[in-house]
Amino acid sequence: MKTRVAYFGVFTALALIFSYVESLIPINFGIPGIKLGLANLIIVIALYKMNIKEAYVLSVVRVVLAGFIFGNLFSIVYSLAGGLLSLTVMTLLKKSNKFSLFGISMAGGVFHNVGQLIVAMVVLESLNIAYYMPVLLISGLITGFVIGIVAGEMLKRLQNLRI
Amino acid sequence: MKLKKMDLILILVVVALAIGGMLIYRGFGAKEAGTVIVEVDGEAFGEYSLDENHEILINDTNVLIIENGQANMYEANCPDQICVKHKPISKNGETIVCLPNKVVVTITEAEKSELDAVID
Repeated sequence: MKTRVAYFGVFTALALIFSYVESLIPINFGIPGIKLGLANLIIVIALYKMNIKEAYVLSVVRVVLAGFIFGNLFSIVYSLAGGLLSLTVMTLLKKSNKFSLFGISMAGGVFHNVGQLIVAMVVLESLNIAYYMPVLLISGLITGFVIGIVAGEMLKRLQNLRI
Repeated sequence: MKLKKMDLILILVVVALAIGGMLIYRGFGAKEAGTVIVEVDGEAFGEYSLDENHEILINDTNVLIIENGQANMYEANCPDQICVKHKPISKNGETIVCLPNKVVVTITEAEKSELDAVID
């Protein structure tokens, strides 16, 4: 039990650091909403190393903390919608046992973007921004794939980690 | 780690959806672009023609400039400045969104004038 709490703290700290590193990368594609989603790497790892409940708690804790430190109330709402939808889809795909880490991570990236866009539509009461959907689908696929590669390498080296 | 069959299906489905979505927008768009519609918090704020130059002050929070057939968010008082960094828009269906101020700027097709020309 003690080690569980310690590991949870380490995972939270890692997710926050990745959020920070991400905020330092000054990439601007001219289209809002596209970013690598480094913090999702930790969520993917947690999905494989922790139980589902802990993964959800980690996801919420990291979004709220990162939001207060690097963002604002708006970014918390958007990230929360994206993060929870993404984690739910990833959990379901993992349970089905028909997807590899890549597929799960890519679905996570795609649905992270979809969740945020849906909230944006609700907040703005506008369907016009569905215009972004194709771009966000493809970018989620690519970033999810990259995260999948890195997560695969990390999990290989974390084989002995038992939480 | 190898890709499984379902992974490839997932990729294909997402790519197909994205291409489909783009084609739908191309279908609606690509015609003569014309009107800039500004919405604030889901309610119409104003409509402006792309052909004329405007400088629009939106609720003291955003400044939209229409110039050379393009609409560009020139200034905003929000912290993230995402809408300001957004490239100028001109094509039908293109959108600039300022989330913190709930401002949505959209380009829509120009309404065809019922008259071909007016002669004095």
